Amino acid sequence: MELFERSAAEIARDVQGGTVSAADVTEAVLRHVHAVDGEIGAYLTVLDDVARAAATRVDERIKAGEKLPLAGVPLSVKDNMCLTGTRTTAGSKILEQWVAPYTATAVARMLDAGAIPIGKSNMDEFAMGSSCENSALGVTKNPYDLTRVPGGSTGGSAAAVAAFEAAIGMGSDTGGSIREPGAFCNLVGFKPTYGRVSRYGLIAFASSLDQIGPLTRTVEDAALAYEAMSGWDPMDSTSIDREVEPVSSHLRGDLSGLKIGIVKEFDTRALGDEIDELYDKAYHDLEALGAELIDVSLPTADYGLATYYLIAPAECSSNLARFDGVRYGLRVEGADVHDMYEKTRAAGFGPEVKRRILIGTYALSSGYYDAYYVRAQKARTLIADDFRKAFAQCDLIACPAASSPAFQFNAKSDPYSMYLMDYYTIPMSLAGLPALSVPCGWITPPGGDRPMPMGLQLTSPLFTEKLLLGAAHAYERATQHASKHKPAFDAVSGR
Amino acid sequence: MSETMSAREARGPHEVGGAEARPERRFEAVIGIECHVELKTRSKMFCGCPNEFGGEPNTNVCPVCLALPGALPVANTAAIEHMIRAGLAFNAEIPAFSKFDRKNYFYPDMPKDYQISQYDMPLTQGGVVRYWLDDGTMKECRLTRIHLEEDTGKSTHAGSGDGRIAGSTYSLVDFNRAGVPLMECVSEPEIHSAEEAVGYLESLRRTLQQIGVSDVKMEEGSLRCDANVSIRPVGSTELGTKTEIKNMNSFRSVHRAIESEIERQIAVIESGGRIVQETRGWDEVKGVTHSMRSKEQAHDYRYFPDPDLVPLEVSRAVVERIRAELPELPPARFVRYTTQYGLDVKQATQLIDNVALALYFDEVVNASGNAKQSTNFVLGDLSRLANETQTPVHASPVTPAHLAELIALVEGKTINSKIAKDLIERMWRGEGSPKAIVEREGLAQTSDPAAIEKFVDDVLAANEKSVGEYKAGKTNVIGFLVGQVMKASKGKADPQLVNALMKQKLES
Repeated sequence: MELFERSAAEIARDVQGGTVSAADVTEAVLRHVHAVDGEIGAYLTVLDDVARAAATRVDERIKAGEKLPLAGVPLSVKDNMCLTGTRTTAGSKILEQWVAPYTATAVARMLDAGAIPIGKSNMDEFAMGSSCENSALGVTKNPYDLTRVPGGSTGGSAAAVAAFEAAIGMGSDTGGSIREPGAFCNLVGFKPTYGRVSRYGLIAFASSLDQIGPLTRTVEDAALAYEAMSGWDPMDSTSIDREVEPVSSHLRGDLSGLKIGIVKEFDTRALGDEIDELYDKAYHDLEALGAELIDVSLPTADYGLATYYLIAPAECSSNLARFDGVRYGLRVEGADVHDMYEKTRAAGFGPEVKRRILIGTYALSSGYYDAYYVRAQKARTLIADDFRKAFAQCDLIACPAASSPAFQFNAKSDPYSMYLMDYYTIPMSLAGLPALSVPCGWITPPGGDRPMPMGLQLTSPLFTEKLLLGAAHAYERATQHASKHKPAFDAVSGR
Repeated sequence: MSETMSAREARGPHEVGGAEARPERRFEAVIGIECHVELKTRSKMFCGCPNEFGGEPNTNVCPVCLALPGALPVANTAAIEHMIRAGLAFNAEIPAFSKFDRKNYFYPDMPKDYQISQYDMPLTQGGVVRYWLDDGTMKECRLTRIHLEEDTGKSTHAGSGDGRIAGSTYSLVDFNRAGVPLMECVSEPEIHSAEEAVGYLESLRRTLQQIGVSDVKMEEGSLRCDANVSIRPVGSTELGTKTEIKNMNSFRSVHRAIESEIERQIAVIESGGRIVQETRGWDEVKGVTHSMRSKEQAHDYRYFPDPDLVPLEVSRAVVERIRAELPELPPARFVRYTTQYGLDVKQATQLIDNVALALYFDEVVNASGNAKQSTNFVLGDLSRLANETQTPVHASPVTPAHLAELIALVEGKTINSKIAKDLIERMWRGEGSPKAIVEREGLAQTSDPAAIEKFVDDVLAANEKSVGEYKAGKTNVIGFLVGQVMKASKGKADPQLVNALMKQKLES
């Protein structure tokens, strides 16, 4: 097994143990990145020098006797997270040349734990999208089929981890942006409870929903990453001052004694026989591991999409106002300041970003605010209540992470069909719940010639990450779906 | 707006337009005042940058107050406590819950292109500002609310030669002020003249300054105000169309601008015109207001709760702690000084505007029990000495106890006022207890008739010419003769006794 193919846990153990240096791992990963990323397109910026300097520092710290839980672990950082001295674009032309003068708290914590930033990864512009096709700065391909999307918005980090260009990908999930690309790229995509990971230094899309989390090839790696990045941050008022329990050392091997809810309203028969059978099998596997399956109901979950597409655009319309050409980023000169604003934003934002700014501006406008924004907030409360009631009957809920495997480029040409990709992930985001996607099987899509991974979504009550990751670990260990197929980029890498 | 209340409170026929009453006028002015007050805190409202006036442009800035991508606000607790302090000072309600909202609009010196402000759940609701006019009349104006927000940066327009935006080719922005905590204090339209407006502002300024929440300096921009002015026929309860007056840079400007705007509105109405709702700028040089923009261009600010900031829970314990810490406030002090101590408006105001002196004064009154003498000494000799030596009274060697001692010596006629004046100079120089000086140097007033008679007889004998003049009818020479006695007694003779005895001798 090549160095770069190892899991984060393996690399950290070996680097900590001194059998391999962070510098060696970093060189191996960088070589691999330069070999494959021209085809995959995971990174917008590869940080060769920054990575090498970080590796040197990690090796020094190990020599000095420090214990680093992520020693030498190659990290892909989504390009909406600030890292001092690196270009941070959010996948947008408006920030194409912007270099961050400070580091996001979550990124700083990962680096402090010994992770090596290999590069800044591609994403849908300002995290708005489900395929990475909304990036203004590059195309990212799914490593399992280069004709297909990696999912989004965290497409770059997902592709990077799937293609062994990093062991941990940092992503942000607003309505499914970690979980859906996780499912599409045969990964564990984990969104912790809202408030668990600081948003300071994460370029905001929708502040009340945005949450940073990891994409990894194993549940254990997700747990390690989660332990390193989470915790209260005085720089983020919405971060929670609550102890983060150790998780990676407490991953369970079975599901005995757990009640897992299957959501009546999420009837997978609508997704076609093949997918229906796949999820049916997944649920039975949970049962076989000792869980008791029970039916639960989320009657308002169906309103999730409509609710989300009012709240998220409303917040984004305000969050993205600062990209005005005055202080940083793109500026297109105009006759006066208003003309400059208009020209800059017309040139700097892509169509999906403009669409959401317009929807959000409309939803917040005087006369419409009560009808749209206020009602959406009420619906959000009802959805969270539904989950609370369901969790009175069960410990976890299982459902699909996405309604299909990764689709081909340009397959979702109308915005609404793209929005539907997040149908299963949005309700948990609205409720602030921890949720993850774990590989649960393979489907060869119609017209496709390669099997593509599917993801099982698990969600649990607020702050029960330990339970959630533990259950996912038991399922992963018993089913081993992820290792059944290899990525398709071997031809590219020449291996 | 509580329009009906303000109508009910209308103070009957009111001659607007200044001191020269023009009886043909039958309009009443209705004025509401909106103040922006920068709070005095160590750091800015949502970041750790210093909250300081001045400084090289763009030096007190960070990712948060420059609104760099990814930066988040964290609310400054000291500013929230200042808000509670101000609310309590004006007897406002402090709700248990409050929140921050975003006010969305684009402006180059507003880094996020939204301002974090408070929309429907401000930190304080209602309240009242009590103030007084030059004639001592106490007035009240209710507050609608006081809310907390953040200040913007400052734009400098260049390339036009005169610093105006019109014709400028570029602008420079200084973000040092961006994110400074700002309190917006909105009054009900219950003010009816320029004089009242200034009285209201003076009281607001004094109170905010004395509770320590702001420097309240108009010249540094830590107090800025706009006035909403309308007029209506006396007796009418409906509000007229209002204009908003901006660019008033001193209380004098406020007075002049409001007077001028009332005059303008009366002239418009009397010539059959209509008032247009608009924002008008005060031109200090020309002494008139001019139209800036009409309200049709009003923004839709699209307020919504700021998702980056959690709702505020205001604990009752904090409110009660702050309430207990509040000092005596200017209106209460004014009432006490004028009604209990008999000070005139000017004296009371002078003391209220100098809190340290007022506290000193209160101690002197308490120790001496003589408000009149306390006033005379504190506002007279001591204030003069303070001016001359550039030393505040409370920092001088004259302690309130020593001054009370001096007052007791005067009251008990142990010394006369001339000796008292000498003594206070010596006390200022640090000579300590006046009683000790008097005893040590035998400065006690001589009231012994025999001793005084001796002085009088001697002076009469030595000044035969003056005695002759007196008897010839030039009675005012008595002053000279009394003076001679005082001189001979080294000032210690009781001047009243001397005077009486001298008169008796001369006329016998």
